[in-house]
Amino acid sequence: MVDGTYDETPEAEADGQAEAIAAHRRRNRLGPIFWIPLVWIVFVVLLAVLAPSLGLQDPADIDFLALQAPPNEDHVLGTDVLGRDILARIVYGARVSLTVGVAAPLIGLVLGLMIGIMAGYYRGWTDEIVGTAIDTWLAVPGLVILLLFSVIFGGSLPTVCIGLGLLFIPAAARITRATTMNFANREFVLAARAMGASDLRILALEIFPNIVWPLVAYILIAIPIAVVIEGALSFLGLSVASPTPSWGGMIAEGREHLEETPHISLIPTAVMFVTVLSFNLVGDTVRRRLADLRDRAI
Amino acid sequence: MRYILRRLRRLCIVMFAVTLLTFLLVNVLPGDIAYDIAGQDASEEDVQAIREDLGLNRPVLVRYISWLSGVFVGDWGASFRTGEPVLEAITSRFPVSLELMLFAQLLALLLAVPLGVVSAYRAGSRLDRGIAAAGFAAVSMPAFMVAILLILLFSMYLSVLPATGYEPISEGLWANLRGMILPALSIALAEWTILMRTLRAEMIGVLQEDYIALARAKGMADWHILVVHALRPSSFTLITLMGLQVGNLIGGSIIIESIFGIPGVGRLLINAIYARDFIVIQGCVTFIAIAYVLANFLVDMAYALLDPRIRVSAQHG
Repeated sequence: MVDGTYDETPEAEADGQAEAIAAHRRRNRLGPIFWIPLVWIVFVVLLAVLAPSLGLQDPADIDFLALQAPPNEDHVLGTDVLGRDILARIVYGARVSLTVGVAAPLIGLVLGLMIGIMAGYYRGWTDEIVGTAIDTWLAVPGLVILLLFSVIFGGSLPTVCIGLGLLFIPAAARITRATTMNFANREFVLAARAMGASDLRILALEIFPNIVWPLVAYILIAIPIAVVIEGALSFLGLSVASPTPSWGGMIAEGREHLEETPHISLIPTAVMFVTVLSFNLVGDTVRRRLADLRDRAI
Repeated sequence: MRYILRRLRRLCIVMFAVTLLTFLLVNVLPGDIAYDIAGQDASEEDVQAIREDLGLNRPVLVRYISWLSGVFVGDWGASFRTGEPVLEAITSRFPVSLELMLFAQLLALLLAVPLGVVSAYRAGSRLDRGIAAAGFAAVSMPAFMVAILLILLFSMYLSVLPATGYEPISEGLWANLRGMILPALSIALAEWTILMRTLRAEMIGVLQEDYIALARAKGMADWHILVVHALRPSSFTLITLMGLQVGNLIGGSIIIESIFGIPGVGRLLINAIYARDFIVIQGCVTFIAIAYVLANFLVDMAYALLDPRIRVSAQHG
C-alpha cells in the first residue's frame, strides 16, 4: 500500500536521463530516516536482551517511600503508582513487546505459508476449504478473537504470542496462495514435475524460494502491528499477567493519575510510540528496497 | 445476481462456523460459573441446581443447537450475572457504538480526503512529505495512546471536553456529541493514514489520465478538476477500503468505549469477558461478526452499484 507512494511522481518520470540517475542515487542512499530508527531499535533490543545484567532495580520492587515519584536521582524515570521503578519496568516491558512483536508474526507466517502454499498449489477443494476457513477467521475482528483467546487460555507470554500469531495467518496465507498460483504452472515447475519430482520436493525446492520474499516484506509490516496489538491487549489487562511489566499495562496503570502524575503514562507511551515508529520507518525503507530489487529482477 | 447468491451462501456457512467455534471456545472457559454465582457458602446441591437452572449440565452441542435455534427467533439467552436478555442488552447499546464508529469514520475522512487530494496534487513537494510524515506518526500510535494524549490535552490542561461520561441524545444533541468528540477523534487519528495514502496513490494515477489533461486544456480550474474529475473515480477505492476498515473501527471502539466509559457493545463485551459471562460474550461475538460481515457485503454491493464498469461487466458476464 505504501509502496512507491512518493517516489514515482509524474514529474520524475518526465525528467531527463541524467536527472533520473541522480535521483536514483539519491534514493538509494539510506538517510537518517533509516539510520536513526534502526539505531533506536538496536538500542531497545540490546536493553531488552541485557536487562538482567544492567544493574537495574527489580521491576516488581515496591519503594514505599517514593510512590508516583517524578524522575529523580534514585529513580531516573520516576516511579509508578505502586512505587516501582519506571526505567526498570520499561526495559523489562520491552522484552514482552519485542518477543511478541517478533514471535507472533513468525508464527502466523509459518502457518499461513503452509496453508497458503497448499491452497495455491493444489487448488480445487483444498482451496475452497482454505478460502472458507479464512473467511470465517476474518468474519470476527482480530481484537475480538484475541480477547477470547487470552481469556480462555490465560494471559501468558506464549499464549499471547500464539493468539496474536493466529491473527496473521489469513494475510500470510492469502499472499502465499496468490504468489504460489503465479509459479505453480511456470516452466521450471512443469519441468521438475516431468522429471518425476514429488509434490513436496517441488513445493520446497522450486516454489518456496520464489514466494518467500513477499512474506519477508509482510513480516516487516507485521512487527509494528503486533507490538501495537500487544499494547492494546495489555492496556486492557489481558496480556501477560501482573506483575510482569508491559508497556500497554504501564500506560493503563497511569491512566487514573493523568492529572497529578502524567509521567507514569506518558513515559511508556513515548517509548512505545518511538519504537513502533522506528519499526514502521525501517520496515518501509527495506520493503521499498525489496520491491526495487524485484522489479529489476523481472 | 448469481454472484450475490454465491456470496450469500458463503456468508451463511461462515456465520455457522463462527457461532459454532465461539460457542465451543467460550464453553471451555476456565472456572465454573455456577460456583461463582452460588457464592462461597453454597452447598454442592445448590451449585448443581444452578447448573440445571442454566442448562449447563447438558452436552455442549445440545446447548449450541438450542442456543442457535433461539437466535433465529430472537432469543439470545440471558446474562448469567444480571439476567438481562442478551439481545436486548446488545440492541440497546448498539446505536451508541454505531454513532461512535460513524463519527470516527467521518472524522477520519475529513482528515484523509483533503490531505490525500492535496498531497496527490502536490506530489513530491514539501507539503506532501510533511503529510506523509504525519501519517507515519499516526499509524505508529494506536487509538488507546491517542486517547490518553487527547484526555490529557483537552480534558485536563484545557478542560474543554469531558474525559468520561456519555450523555444520551435525549439530553440534547450537543451534550451527546461533546462526549463523543474525543472518543471518535481517538479512533479517527489512528485510522486516517491508510485512507489518505490509498487516496493519494489512486489520485496520482487518475491525474495522469488523458481526460484530466483534456479538462486542463479546456482551462478548468484546478480545484474543479481535482474534485469533480479526479476525486470521483478515486472514491470507489475509498469505499472498499472503508469496508476493510470496519474491523479496525470495531476493534478501536471496543478499547475506546472502555477508556471513555461509553455504554456500547464493545464495553458490554469487555465487561462480559472480565465477568466470564459467556452467554453475553457469545451474543456479542455473534452480533459483531454478523454486523462486520454484513458491512463488508454491503460495501461490495455499493461498489458494484456505483462503478459503472463493474455494473456493465456483471450484466454481460
